Amino acid sequence: MADKTMTADEAVSRLESGMTLGIGGWGSRRKPMALVRALLRSGITDLTVVSYGGPDVGMLAAAGRIRKLVAAFATLDSIPLEPHYRAARECGAFELMEVDEAMFMWGLHAAANRLPFIPVRAGIGSDVMRVNPGLRTVRSPYEDGETLVAMPALRMDAALVHLNRADRLGNGQYLGPDPYFDDLFCEAADRAYISCERIVDTAELTKEAAPQTLLVGRHTVHGVVDAPNGAHFTSCVPDYGRDEEFQRYYASTPWPEFAERFLTGDEQHYQRAVQAWRKEREETEEKKGKTAHEEKANEEKGHEEKAHEEQKASMEKEGT
Amino acid sequence: MTAVTRAEYCVIACAEAWRGAGEILASPMGLIPSVGARLARLTFAPELLLTDGEAILVGPDGAPEGWLPYRRHLTLVTGGRRHVMMGASQIDRYGNQNIACIGDWTKPRRQLLGVRGAPVNTLNNPTSYWIPRHSRRVFVERVDMVCGVGYDRVAEHPVAGRFHRIPRVVSDLGVFDFATPDHSMRLASLHPGVTAAQVREATGFELTVPDDLPWTREPTPEELRLIREVLDPKGTREREVPNPATAGEAVR
Repeated sequence: MADKTMTADEAVSRLESGMTLGIGGWGSRRKPMALVRALLRSGITDLTVVSYGGPDVGMLAAAGRIRKLVAAFATLDSIPLEPHYRAARECGAFELMEVDEAMFMWGLHAAANRLPFIPVRAGIGSDVMRVNPGLRTVRSPYEDGETLVAMPALRMDAALVHLNRADRLGNGQYLGPDPYFDDLFCEAADRAYISCERIVDTAELTKEAAPQTLLVGRHTVHGVVDAPNGAHFTSCVPDYGRDEEFQRYYASTPWPEFAERFLTGDEQHYQRAVQAWRKEREETEEKKGKTAHEEKANEEKGHEEKAHEEQKASMEKEGT
Repeated sequence: MTAVTRAEYCVIACAEAWRGAGEILASPMGLIPSVGARLARLTFAPELLLTDGEAILVGPDGAPEGWLPYRRHLTLVTGGRRHVMMGASQIDRYGNQNIACIGDWTKPRRQLLGVRGAPVNTLNNPTSYWIPRHSRRVFVERVDMVCGVGYDRVAEHPVAGRFHRIPRVVSDLGVFDFATPDHSMRLASLHPGVTAAQVREATGFELTVPDDLPWTREPTPEELRLIREVLDPKGTREREVPNPATAGEAVR
């Protein structure tokens, strides 16, 4: 049976400028960042990106690769507004199809099921209808006669998703609490490329995990990329959580400076640059030679901030 | 016990949104609504479902009792078994809410969160709002982008809008509802220490103010203990809504 393993650069070499590209995950969670970084290294541009947006959207927007975005939001979760997405929107950098989170999901379902649209009770009465003049409504043919939005299929040329494990054939497994919509992205695309934390033998996939963790089926997958830490700095639970510190750095650093430091080499270069950044940061912290009093004050502040973050995190799910 | 703070009245006002709601998901957004929802479950609304902030439904002791990834969450929304309390960057007299952007949508002056789930929420499950800083910038004559649908808009779509309901809007000044003949906003209660004139001054549209205006109710001693010792022992609520007695009345 076909071994579909390939490098991130090989996967991206199958893509072309002008394509419609779906990106899995949600916000700053289990995003296929290693594949996005490979995309940024390539010259591919003029993309229509379909995403529950996070830093994938932010980075591609900052790099000027997006012609059109289909999304309900772009967020870093613990930082509510994706700064590069925001900057791009405020200068009208690309076309936007802004739909509701549920409309987006039904658009994926429609595409996966080869339906032209799915009727949804969302959007009606809101300005989603005003800003998407192409959206049409349908009337229920049954006695209720309800008018619904005909959410068009979000069919894509290719999808990129990141999972915890996969085998060489393209069976992808998630081990965290939420599958997000990664299986739908793969089914809604002509071709799907999945990256994962670790490639394992097929038999190993279900040695310790239940079969329903096998989210993505090989029949939908065209390439498997070994990408440890490949969702960094987004979360990839249970392998690792979000790198909040680095995310804050990403969000507060001018894009050219960030790109210059982290995105000029390959994935190994990126991972090494992040390690170097962390080491540098720890050393600066030590050098500061704070007095015990200051340290204590900072520690308290740190705790408070952490508590605040935890509080925020507890609201994140309520994104809908 | 020290005096009840403004933030604590806000917690009570938010908690009351879920009174008698039954076995549904409480989706609080924002710190104070989150404390309010958990308070409601610990006291007068024990049937409520709450998540851990991710995909797990958890009991009051944190033990998982269910699985709610986004796809099932969205079905729960359209099934109506949920009462969400969202934020609002702008809200108008009919409850139209904006969290997407300020200015012209095509090139916004300020990009905000995006429409998120507001369109589907408002047509399918009860949607309340929490506004920690009541001002004319938030309570506006007209919102720049309608994300959450208000009563005037939904009136044009009576069938699709049959599940639409905005039970309450809670701000740091009071509680508001739409119990008027034309479903425009009404002041339902004032938090102790606030005057109706103060609310009018901070609201960018004409508000119905009943003659017999109640105060937001007092927390019971047990509720106050739960808020202070169990749900928010670090007092983060006081950062979301500073107490005017200690912080001085903010200029609005």
